Amino acid sequence: MTRKQKRLMIIGGGVGFIVAAVLLVMVAFSQAIAYFYVPGDLTKAQLSPGTRIRLGGLVENGSLKRGEGMTITFSVTDTLDTVPVTYTGILPDLFREGQGVVAEGSFKEGSPVFVADTVLAKHDETYMPKDVADRLKAQGVNLGGKENIR
Amino acid sequence: MIIELGHYALVLALATSLLQAVLPIIGALRNDRALMEIGSVAAKATFLLVALSFGVLTYAHVTSDFSVQNVWENSHSQIPLIYKFSGVWGNHEGSMLLWVLILTFFSALVAVFGDNLPETLKANVLAVQAWIAAAFSLFILLTSNPFNRLLDAPGEGRDLNPVLQDIGLAIHPPLLYLGYVGFSVCFSFAAAALIEGRIDAAWARWVRPWTLAAWTCLTAGISMGSYWAYYELGWGGWWFWDPVENASFIPWLAGTALLHSALVMEKREALKIWTVLLAIMTFSMSLLGTFLVRSGVLTSVHAFATDPTRGVFILIILILFIGGALSLFAFRAAHLKAGGLFAPMSREGALVLNNLILTTAAATVLIGTLYPLALEALTGTKISVGPPFFNMTFGLLMLPLLLAVPFGPLLAWKRGDLLGAGQRLFAAVAFGLVVGSAIYYAQNGGPVMALFGIALGAYMIAGSLTELFLRSGLGKVTGAVALRRVSGLPRSVFGTALAHIGLGVTLIGIVAVTAFESEYIVEMKPGMTTDAGGYTLRFDGLRKGNGPNYSEESGHFTISRAGVDVAEAWSSKRFYTARQMPTTEAGIRTFGLSQLYISLGDGMADGGVVVRVWWKPMILCIWLGTLFMMAGGAVSLSDRRLRVGAPARAKKQKKPVLEPAQ
Repeated sequence: MTRKQKRLMIIGGGVGFIVAAVLLVMVAFSQAIAYFYVPGDLTKAQLSPGTRIRLGGLVENGSLKRGEGMTITFSVTDTLDTVPVTYTGILPDLFREGQGVVAEGSFKEGSPVFVADTVLAKHDETYMPKDVADRLKAQGVNLGGKENIR
Repeated sequence: MIIELGHYALVLALATSLLQAVLPIIGALRNDRALMEIGSVAAKATFLLVALSFGVLTYAHVTSDFSVQNVWENSHSQIPLIYKFSGVWGNHEGSMLLWVLILTFFSALVAVFGDNLPETLKANVLAVQAWIAAAFSLFILLTSNPFNRLLDAPGEGRDLNPVLQDIGLAIHPPLLYLGYVGFSVCFSFAAAALIEGRIDAAWARWVRPWTLAAWTCLTAGISMGSYWAYYELGWGGWWFWDPVENASFIPWLAGTALLHSALVMEKREALKIWTVLLAIMTFSMSLLGTFLVRSGVLTSVHAFATDPTRGVFILIILILFIGGALSLFAFRAAHLKAGGLFAPMSREGALVLNNLILTTAAATVLIGTLYPLALEALTGTKISVGPPFFNMTFGLLMLPLLLAVPFGPLLAWKRGDLLGAGQRLFAAVAFGLVVGSAIYYAQNGGPVMALFGIALGAYMIAGSLTELFLRSGLGKVTGAVALRRVSGLPRSVFGTALAHIGLGVTLIGIVAVTAFESEYIVEMKPGMTTDAGGYTLRFDGLRKGNGPNYSEESGHFTISRAGVDVAEAWSSKRFYTARQMPTTEAGIRTFGLSQLYISLGDGMADGGVVVRVWWKPMILCIWLGTLFMMAGGAVSLSDRRLRVGAPARAKKQKKPVLEPAQ
């Protein structure tokens, strides 16, 4: 091989790999990311069943119920709209009615119930997930200045 | 009074680091020895001053001086002494001070151990280090002063965040900072080389030990953080692709690439410009990580209290240093002489492939981490980029690298023999296949990807041992000769083998636990049993208790196998009174390399309790592998070749041409 060929081979291989990486990232972005919604956004969002999303808001007071076995139901609200959620498993330590929560999962075909496979509550009591606080503020909910204090 | 002394020491440290930032550069330009020497003195002085300042803050925490706002916010008179110590860096202000302490520690190390460096290079390195130290000292003093006093000293503190009340806090942040601040030395070396416009193989030999040391500490820090998250958060996750984890993982990937490219530069004088760029990028990624964590732009378990001025300040530091270094690079890189050429199939070629893949993988992690921030800033749309994205991109991209790892050390410099290397790896491939099929039979099938992953890990371990085996000549010569040959090999050969074995071990752990983990959620009343991973768990009942600053409810479990009791475990829920905050203390029992992980949920009305049990097969391999990597780093570091200025052995100097490639 001449120098030129060697150099071409290295550069060609490198560029090929990077192009592959870029394509992979683009495919992954179209498939593997979850959009964040609060209940009020859902009607206009027109999600197809099975789309993974993150649903954020407050756990509605009085909505937490323990059902059959380990299944738990509660409602996530942005104070205007409310979405019922089911979740099987142990809730995080900081999960509390009236507190901020982010549930990750999807809606099943023809059902208004959000099936969560992950429920996140922040590790710090007075801290609300920033995503939730921003959206709730945008919805006009008064958070009492609580969201950014440790 | 003592507190003000600490504050004052930090102000003085800012002053000395400004001296250190300016005088040595002028000295280097004028070739004025006295001015250059000031750099060393100032570096030591700055370190001592910051250490004094840090000592004072520690004193305030240990004596629970609640008149200091930082102590009041993050400590409590009743917490155990160890948490009073570790609580010093369990908050934004204190951890920034630790950051600067470690930075100045590295500067002082360069000042003390850098006697063999050319004077001008040492002076410039110290000056660049000092610019960073000055910027961050200023940041602490202006926006995050830990020595702020409260006018009325409260009687009791607000307690350290309960999640942080763990031995992990004592170990994880210092190690992590040693790693990612350690890369500042590489950055300073790169900047100094660009300032001088001169760079050679010797430069690479000086940079490599620092890179190795920082890389080893960063590996330890990330690994420790991962294990801490695993046992502390109560749901058995060991890696979340959380933005802040990524912030430390990106420098790790870049640093790993740097380790390998510096090797090429040292041996073959090639890849000079690339290595300098990589040294700059590695520390830039560390700075970016600091910005992401400290600015509050992220939602993360690590997010500290947010104050917009802090974010802006760090962003300015970030832009100045990264922008400055890259501009310097743009102006000067053309002056650096490019190195020699080599065949694509050679050790150099393999290391270039390593760099290509590692930097591309680092870039995808970076994109995945920053994309949500960029999208939100530009369009207001909020998305979360989670594990599926990273598994898909990072996982696939790393695959060719993992396959190629054993080939690298088997290829000769300049012109390698790919086919020959492949033949020599035949045994390793066979070993991988045997392990893969063994798992297939043991598990009665199993996902193809998982079997492939475990086979790949086994192949990497065997492949990394192949080089040692071949170089010992075992099978061709007697055992004694082989042993002598092996013990005569440079330590860096062992370092390479250990680190590569570690990668294989970690891979096996990750694949095994991801594919074969089982999870059981059951409601249990005392006396009830449940099965997990071949063991039977009996719930014996709950017990209430009190710790120094918390109350807890613990469940007792007896674990038996085939009717014989083999272990017992306590799993608790704690409630920290000062912060009104609960935590889960999982019960974890180790069986071989696997673990049983028991987490207590809520109590039910009928006296039962929800219990979540995981069987985590081979999970300890994940961290065992990182131990191998760290050992590899440490062994390489002890190679006499890397000890700066260590005279080469006379025997070797006689016939350097015949010296085997390493």
